[in-house]
Amino acid sequence: MSAVAVRSGRTGGRRSSPMSWRWSDRLALAAAWLAGLSLCLIAAAIVLYMGYRGIQYLRPGMIFERPQASADQAGSGGFLDPLLGTIVVSAVGIAIALPLAVASAVWITEYGHGGRLSRALARVVESSIEIVAGTPDIVIAIFGLAVFQLPLLAPLSFQAEGGGVFGRSFIAAGAMMSLLALPPLYAATRDGLQAVPAHMREAAFALGKTRITTVRRVLMPSVRSNIATGTTLGISRIVGSTAIVLILLGSTLRIETQGAVPVVNLLRGTGSSLTTYVYENSPAGEGAAPEKAYAAAFVLLVLVLALNVVIERLGRGRRDVISSVI
Amino acid sequence: MLERLKRPWPDHRAERALGAVSLLLGVVIVAMIAFVAVRSWPIFQHNGLRWLGGGGDFEAEIARMNAATAHPTAADYQLRAWPLLYGTLLSTAIAVALGIAIAVLASVFIVELAPRRLSRVVIPVVRLLASVPSVIYGLIGILVLVPFVGNHLVSEGDRRSVLGVVQLTGAGLAPTVAILTVMITPIMIALVCEALEAVPPSWKEGAVALGLNPLRAVRAVTLKAIRPAIVAAAVLATARALGEAVMIQMVSGGKTFAPNLDHGVPVFLFEPLRTLASAILDFREGIGSPSLKAAVYSFSLLLLLSAFVLSVGGYLVKLPLRRHQARA
Amino acid sequence: MYADEMVLDRSNASSAKTPAAPATAVTPAMPAAPAMAPPELPVPPVRTIVLDRAPTLVRPVPEREAVRPLSAFAGPERLSLRHVGVSYAGKDAVRSVSLSIHQGEVLALIGPSGCGKTTLLRTLNRLTELTAGASRTGEILLDGEDIHDLVDTTLRARVAMVFQQPNPFPMSIFDNVAFALREQGRKRPARRQLEPLVVDALRRAGLYDEVRDDLDRPALRLSGGQQQRLCIARAIAPRPEVLLMDEPCSALDPISTGVIEELIGELRRDLAVVIVTHNLAQAHRVADKVAFMYLGDLVEYGGVRDVFEDPRAQRTREYVRGAFG
Repeated sequence: MSAVAVRSGRTGGRRSSPMSWRWSDRLALAAAWLAGLSLCLIAAAIVLYMGYRGIQYLRPGMIFERPQASADQAGSGGFLDPLLGTIVVSAVGIAIALPLAVASAVWITEYGHGGRLSRALARVVESSIEIVAGTPDIVIAIFGLAVFQLPLLAPLSFQAEGGGVFGRSFIAAGAMMSLLALPPLYAATRDGLQAVPAHMREAAFALGKTRITTVRRVLMPSVRSNIATGTTLGISRIVGSTAIVLILLGSTLRIETQGAVPVVNLLRGTGSSLTTYVYENSPAGEGAAPEKAYAAAFVLLVLVLALNVVIERLGRGRRDVISSVI
Repeated sequence: MLERLKRPWPDHRAERALGAVSLLLGVVIVAMIAFVAVRSWPIFQHNGLRWLGGGGDFEAEIARMNAATAHPTAADYQLRAWPLLYGTLLSTAIAVALGIAIAVLASVFIVELAPRRLSRVVIPVVRLLASVPSVIYGLIGILVLVPFVGNHLVSEGDRRSVLGVVQLTGAGLAPTVAILTVMITPIMIALVCEALEAVPPSWKEGAVALGLNPLRAVRAVTLKAIRPAIVAAAVLATARALGEAVMIQMVSGGKTFAPNLDHGVPVFLFEPLRTLASAILDFREGIGSPSLKAAVYSFSLLLLLSAFVLSVGGYLVKLPLRRHQARA
Repeated sequence: MYADEMVLDRSNASSAKTPAAPATAVTPAMPAAPAMAPPELPVPPVRTIVLDRAPTLVRPVPEREAVRPLSAFAGPERLSLRHVGVSYAGKDAVRSVSLSIHQGEVLALIGPSGCGKTTLLRTLNRLTELTAGASRTGEILLDGEDIHDLVDTTLRARVAMVFQQPNPFPMSIFDNVAFALREQGRKRPARRQLEPLVVDALRRAGLYDEVRDDLDRPALRLSGGQQQRLCIARAIAPRPEVLLMDEPCSALDPISTGVIEELIGELRRDLAVVIVTHNLAQAHRVADKVAFMYLGDLVEYGGVRDVFEDPRAQRTREYVRGAFG
């Protein structure tokens, strides 16, 4: 078409190189790279160091051995009780938080648009959950203490030999853990419900179903994965919490039950969790056994990372995954 | 009765049941504030607001509270908790300031500068850092960072300069702020990255079309556009930093002391401190004594109120910045 | 392929300054002097042009196209396109376009959607480089220098662009207009130095009277038409040589459109303007020269009256009569 020889296509011309930028731009470029890379370095350092120490000190048997009070602190005993303690506390926390969170989410998305009263109440509930989300763990723990030290709730706490009511027990810790798990569970369920398109509800109403039946039969099944994501988020927050367990469960390394009734005696009992086990064995606690602390910390880290992977798998591409960092 | 429950509920009953459950949450919040406030009342009663100020010997006051009987006298309630407030404000302010700078730089790196593959690696890294439990940060702090600071950074000269005033063991402001910064930065990065990606690309395109290099375009336009998000991130990070108890308790030195700038810069960073949250943990065993219990509750009340103020304050600060944003 | 769908190069690719050339070249009698500016406006600095070879023509220009002054302000050539082609990831978007863009003239790129006119426009300030996989053949010369050999930030300081959707920055009006002035140089000028330049740019964009009372108002509060004029002011503040406009009025109401069209008539005194538009009536009103593109090819190029009233290609005739596009 043309007499001029066609040059092969050029994809780019001269770019302005950082050498010609203002010095503040060059500084910013270097600083941004530095920030990004150091973050990776720090994360790698933490994971590698914990892994190194964990492999060094973790004996596979430790997961199944009970903590032992013996002269040879470093060599003896494991953390079965603390591990069970973590499981119990998580179970109690989720058991309380799940129905509360789902009920509130359902109420706010389905019923909270009615009259002025319900809309005002809806805002109150949303604000409350936000306040709970923003409250530090330790304040929640102190609040739990205040509640469970009430004489009314004495039967629910562990009573030491002296008979003093300390307001500590698995049920106390678990109840407060539910406040930790509540906001993510609520948010995930609410987002899932809001994402259900209106026509699904309308189709059910057109068939004559009541709202509550629609919720049970139509909406709940479709938000199952949201609830799963929220639950896992809640569990990972509970598993990582130390302050609540320290204050509401105490420092006894072994699980001690109270009373005769099978499950209730565990709930009324005391013990420790993986996190407090790490804490107590470190120099900050009674700890002459940093080796055990490292071993338990390694298991704890693996547990949390595993939960993270589950969250990512469940919540692929969804909003609640981003906010899981917050 | 069970029969009635098993049959499908009519809507109004369901609505009321669900509403009641939801309101329970509101009740819980009010109860929380009320309980904590009521139990901290004795401190206010005996000290007025002066308990927030300085001038007393905090350690001695705590010791007296600990030793007090079940019916404490007025003197047993004496408290001047300024060192705790100072420690809290100091550690939080430094950590948040450092954190914002690092978070903005790292977010610009992730969204604008890093090649695709590197970005894909850095995002899970940020999530990882955010999910590490605070006790593990504390463990690494107390077993690695504190000995490092104590043995390699604090010199004999530093120790001698504050001999008799305070002992420099390595645990103190420096490791506290360092770890606290690492703990709160991932939260901020997540928020700032989200905001950066939400900025309309037409702004950056317009800036580049005016002859700016890409980084300059980001600095001049995009960063201005995300100022409300940066504020929100800072507020969230501050709330997180204020509430951090376990890690700080492990790493800050266990001694109530207000780091003193007059001692010169390196020494100032090595001095121990205590924050409101770490104090609550420190004194948790003394809850048996009524006066100490009241003191611990008053620290909690302070933390609760500041978390509340932060969420309101963050919202208010964002309002004027919204002037320049795109209309909804 | 129709016989009359050849690339017709009516306008001379040479500068008006070249002396009498080989017999095949006919120099139209364009004013030889730089744009004659009315007394109130300062004469913009005209950069010297380096052309060291005689212009080559692809085919001879017929007699009758000879002598028509295309614009009262026509000045030296700013941009010269020679067989420019652009492709994205292997697929051709633009094929072998040759054009000449002069100061003082408005060139309208018209054609149906997807014909490559926006791609061609964005190639002129190398904005296509922001998209991965874009590659360009041919030559584009800005005052004789290949734009690929210029540093991209320098090029964009000389060739400015206004976009289809007004995109004022989230800052005050003053900061928007002063933006390029502040950021393009190495040092940041003081506000006092910038004020007269900002006011001048706003005047030339026809916006000053409407915003003079408060230049620190947020730019996003302005109406759509005002925002677009603000973007024009922002683009012309650093005194570029060429102004590229990508369908600047398509997002605006008719009255704002009319205001901006009048503006373009004034702006071309100091600049070369290239405007992409799908609105034929607008092209007719505003342009001095028109280039009609179809599926990546330049089908017809010439003075506005010629292309609209007496097009040479069948496709052009159909398009201009509204048969398609």
